[in-house]
Amino acid sequence: MIPLEHYLTVAAILFVIGIFGIFVNRKNVIVILMSIELMLLAVNINLVAFSAHHGDLTGQIFTLFVLTVAAAEAAIGLAILVCFFRNRGTIAVEDVNVMKG
Amino acid sequence: MGITLLAFYLFAIVAVCSGLFVVLARNPVHSVLWLILAFFSAVGMFILVGAEFIAMLLAIVYVGAVAVLFLFVVMMLDVDFVELKGGMAKYLPFGLAIGAVLLIELGLVFGHWNVADNAEALRQSVTPDIADKHNTIALGSVIYTDYIYLFQASGLILLVAMIGAIVLTLRHRTDVKRQNIQTQMHRDPAKTMEIKNVKPGQGL
Repeated sequence: MIPLEHYLTVAAILFVIGIFGIFVNRKNVIVILMSIELMLLAVNINLVAFSAHHGDLTGQIFTLFVLTVAAAEAAIGLAILVCFFRNRGTIAVEDVNVMKG
Repeated sequence: MGITLLAFYLFAIVAVCSGLFVVLARNPVHSVLWLILAFFSAVGMFILVGAEFIAMLLAIVYVGAVAVLFLFVVMMLDVDFVELKGGMAKYLPFGLAIGAVLLIELGLVFGHWNVADNAEALRQSVTPDIADKHNTIALGSVIYTDYIYLFQASGLILLVAMIGAIVLTLRHRTDVKRQNIQTQMHRDPAKTMEIKNVKPGQGL
C-alpha cells in the first residue's frame, strides 16, 4: 500500500505546475486550457487517493463528476476558441477585448 | 522497496515531468502529447491505488476524447505559435514566484493536517471488500442508487456542453448550394416540365 502522502505530494506538484502554466503562457489560450486540465487531474488524484485511503467510495464518485465537468469545459472552451479564431484570426488572450465598452 | 512503490515512483516522476513539459513545450502539439503522457501516468497511479474504473474512465474520456479534441483544435487553427510564446521569459519569474508561494502554502497545510477521530464512522459509502465486490460493481451499485440524480445531472451537463459546442461552431454559409427538401417535395411535372411541339424542318 502506497502512503497517502505520496499521492498528495504528486497532486500538489501537478496543481502548482498547472497554475505556473497559466501564468507563463499568458498569451496562448490552448495551453491555458491544458493547464486547467492538469489542475483538474491533480484534484482527481487527491480525491481518489483520499477515497482509497479512507475506504470510502464517495471520493471516486466525485471524481466521476469532476471528469464530466472537465470534459464539458474542454468542449465548450475549444468551441469558443474556434469561434473566436474565425472572427479575429488569432487566439492571443490579449486581443480578447471585443466586449470592452 | 516493493515493486508497487517502485511503479508508483515511476508513474509519479513521469507525471510531474510531462506536466512540466506541457507547460514549457514550444509547440502546442507537443504539449498535447505530453498531456496524454501525464494522463496515462495518472491512470497508472489510479490502478496502483485500486481505482480501476476511474482509471479506465480517465484513459477513455481524457486521452480518448479531451486530448484528441485538443489535438484537433491545435492542428485546425492556423496560428503562429512561436509569436504567442514570445512573452514567456517576461512572465517566468512571476509564475515561479506564484508557484513557489502556492507550493509553500500546500506544504504548510500538509504539515498541519490530521485525520479526524471519527473519520471512519463518517464514511458515506464504505468500500466493500475486494474479494466480495470489485471496484466497478461497487461504484455502480452506489452511483445508480444514492447518486442517481447527480448522475443524471452530469449527463445533462454533457448534453448542454454538446449542444453549446455545436451552436458555437455551426455557421450557415450562404455561398454554397444546399438541398431544400421542402421545394423538392413540392415539385410537380406540371410546373417543371413543358412540352413543345417542334415542327419538322423548323427550330424552336
